[in-house]
Amino acid sequence: MGTSFSIPNSQFSIQANSLTKWYGKEKAVAVNEVSFKVENGEIFGLIGPDGAGKTSIFRMLTTLLLPDGGSASVSGFDVVKDYKQIRNTVGYMPGKFSLYPDLSVEENLHFFATVFNTTIETNYHLIKDIYVQIEPFKTRRAGKLSGGMKQKLALCCALIHKPTVLFLDEPTTGVDPVSRKEFWEMLKRLKKEGITILVATPYMDEANLCDRIALLQSGKVLTINSPATISASFPHPILKVKANKMSTVIKSLASLQGVISCHGFGEYAHVVVEKENDKIIDSIKEHLVAQKLQGIEVQKSEPTIEDVFISFSRNGISQ
Amino acid sequence: MKTYLFHFHEMESANSNILSIQTEKLTKRFGDFTAVNAITLDVKKGEIFGFLGANGAGKTTAMRMLCGLSTPTAGKAVIAGYDVYKGTEQIKKRIGYMSQKFSLYEDLTILENVSFFGGIYGMSSAQLKSKSEALITQLGLENETKKLVGSLPLGWKQKLAFSVAVLHQPEIVFLDEPTGGVDPVTRRQFWDLIYDASDAGITVFVTTHYLDEAEYCNRISIMVDGSIAALDTPSNLKKKFSTESMDDVFYELARGAKRSGD
Amino acid sequence: MNNTSGFSVVRNQLFSFVRKEFYHVLRDKKVLLILFGMPIVQVLLFGFVLSNEVKDTRIIVIDVARDEASRQLITKLGASRYFQIDHISTNESEIEPTFRKGKIKAAIVFPVNFQQELQHGNQAQIQIVTDGTDVNAANTINGYIMSIIQDFSLESNPLQKMPYRIVPEVRMLYNPQLLGAPNFVPGVMAMVLMLVCVMMTAVAIVKEKEMGTMEVLLVSPMRPLLVIISKAVPYLLLSFVNLSIIILLSVYVLDVPVKGSVLLLMSLSTLFIITCLSLGILISIQTDSQQAAMFASLIGMLLPTIMLSGFMFPIENMPWPLQLISNIAPSRWYYIIVKDVMIKGADFSSVWKETLILITMTIALLAISMKKFKIRLA
Repeated sequence: MGTSFSIPNSQFSIQANSLTKWYGKEKAVAVNEVSFKVENGEIFGLIGPDGAGKTSIFRMLTTLLLPDGGSASVSGFDVVKDYKQIRNTVGYMPGKFSLYPDLSVEENLHFFATVFNTTIETNYHLIKDIYVQIEPFKTRRAGKLSGGMKQKLALCCALIHKPTVLFLDEPTTGVDPVSRKEFWEMLKRLKKEGITILVATPYMDEANLCDRIALLQSGKVLTINSPATISASFPHPILKVKANKMSTVIKSLASLQGVISCHGFGEYAHVVVEKENDKIIDSIKEHLVAQKLQGIEVQKSEPTIEDVFISFSRNGISQ
Repeated sequence: MKTYLFHFHEMESANSNILSIQTEKLTKRFGDFTAVNAITLDVKKGEIFGFLGANGAGKTTAMRMLCGLSTPTAGKAVIAGYDVYKGTEQIKKRIGYMSQKFSLYEDLTILENVSFFGGIYGMSSAQLKSKSEALITQLGLENETKKLVGSLPLGWKQKLAFSVAVLHQPEIVFLDEPTGGVDPVTRRQFWDLIYDASDAGITVFVTTHYLDEAEYCNRISIMVDGSIAALDTPSNLKKKFSTESMDDVFYELARGAKRSGD
Repeated sequence: MNNTSGFSVVRNQLFSFVRKEFYHVLRDKKVLLILFGMPIVQVLLFGFVLSNEVKDTRIIVIDVARDEASRQLITKLGASRYFQIDHISTNESEIEPTFRKGKIKAAIVFPVNFQQELQHGNQAQIQIVTDGTDVNAANTINGYIMSIIQDFSLESNPLQKMPYRIVPEVRMLYNPQLLGAPNFVPGVMAMVLMLVCVMMTAVAIVKEKEMGTMEVLLVSPMRPLLVIISKAVPYLLLSFVNLSIIILLSVYVLDVPVKGSVLLLMSLSTLFIITCLSLGILISIQTDSQQAAMFASLIGMLLPTIMLSGFMFPIENMPWPLQLISNIAPSRWYYIIVKDVMIKGADFSSVWKETLILITMTIALLAISMKKFKIRLA
């Protein structure tokens, strides 16, 4: 601790070095020596389920928690010593809806603009695309908005002062798929403004929308790279298999020779196999026919982030 | 050898013609506002039924009516054989419920939770004992029985909560977004439990925001602005909307929703 | 970003925050009810219902004597506004059951040969039986009865040559009619101001923590000190309104005027308000949930301070550990100030000591709060 980090204007907006955090008397480790760097203007995702340590990492980076080990900097400022500068310039959207439910949409926005010594007009262009969607409800109390609308308002309030770095802690959790999609489209547009965005999310499909991601589980980093690279680096071939009864497919193929694992992925089951060849495909088909299943389809499949995550989970880092 | 949590009713399956849930133009109004607008649906015994919709579409209100927690304004419904207006107490005895917000008491141990909830449904201590053992074995929690539920990871809590919800072998189990935030492996283990329950003849009525989970259901319905905009098997819906994924089906339907501000 | 000077930045933030706080307060019906309903309820309750005045107290008279002297004294008792004679009987055994039924507060027994004793023996006895469960009331009742009897005995024997004796003349200073109101108005003021300032402020600040908005405020240029001040300002103003309401009610409805300087009363009350606000702020810093904040303020602060302020129970009668503790209750000192200024009409020279104590307490509370304010979540 104490090493001075790169001056502002360096390539990296966020640098985390072996960040560690524990809680309670038993010192349960929530964040276990997590390191990563986020480049200027990038959308970086912290992907992991509940308990992965995402919120704790966020709180350390936004200076709300002191790290128990390691160090970090945001925009070149140390999170411990220079916390005031960080607090003046970043935008933060915590996990729970953290605006005032008994204030209207306008009043909330106006308030946060003043807190950050600016006005709504100054940076209106930043939030315009988002704000027009909630503008019809601008006099409504924030507590009475739907989940998707609340998230949009919270995003506006976090952006109103044109932050250099935007921290979004699970902004789409509990929100319906349509609103989630819209939210990510908004984030992509923000990238063009040069704002660095760090997003935490448990949704694996959102990982693909980031420039680079860090997969997290139980406080540890599993891997850091671009989503495409991570998926492509999956070590085994995957087949997607379909039949008329999914549960039977999964149960029966799991123990088949040549199959490493088998999991449901919606319409198809992803079957991870040792080698991809006709032998295994035939074997699978025969096996399913023997189970009296119909409508059997077996095709090659591209691995997804979720496949990668599951294989990490199975190989030792258990919850 | 797998230890089964419940008895297998081999004769009953999703092909049975017994209806667990039957509604006809079920409606709920709050003053001027119609939260649920004349929904009609049937769910067969043992079916896994996905109840989807955007936030504010009326899902929660509808579910509360089906659980006997809220009196409908109009329409009819028969749940587990009992009328939703007159037989709410009988309905409650025959259903199980689990949601993301509340599942078990965090400051009690696993066994204490099981005996509490089992006791509510009138299970005898002998029954409770054998069921608790089966539950713990099935979930692999032999080493955690003395731990407080609050200290367990989310995924285990949710699996436990589900098992407790079906402990008394209800006819229907209602699940309100049970897998939110849970890791991918545990999510799938959760669905293994749902499959087992369905195989044993328990009807599963589940809401979720994970659209891949919609594919695991026998049939799904999508609510938009208080009404049911679609009700069919996932593959039929995809054919109908000429799309490859449930994502697109959902998007097509929910996009035009007027109630996006509520 | 912006080029405004430091001062105007702070001014804007403060203004915006205070305005937001007013929105919160004015939009929360429950808070408004407590805020304004309470002082009115308190004043009316104490004024008209719970009065510990002795007025129209029901008594019975057992007149075994049934002679002229007894009848005259009985008439005099009945004529007094303090008493109302329920009935007169000759049967002493009635006394206990009537007391038990709760119908009367006192019984007076005239023994046989009352008049005779009075006229010829220079000494007559009357038995007075009072309900001792309410000691204060019993004492007061006894006192009135005695004074009526004394009057009577002087009237009936004006020429009687009595040995020289000192007749104490009791005069209740500042409150000659022993009205209840002057006793409780200062007490109600202390109680209401404490409740509003301590509890409401504590809850208001903790609410932000609970809702999660405190997190967002921390990660912003807003200085923590400003957050605190902004939270306190609305309650300062609202307490002022409350104070005015109570004083107006007191003067115009209960006939208890402000004998001393109104300006002095208001300014010292403002000091007390700030003391209470500081206490509320300290509680909010130490607690994490609204429930805990309410608990700490109500049970931890309010109840003890009300009981130890001298308003309900005289401090001098308490065991000395409690007397010691009562010294740190701000309400104790404020109560003295209000009594002195409002009821006695004293000026600053009489209350400078209490004022100094309150100032010291305020500074101490604020200093501790500043030190303990968490700029991080943990």
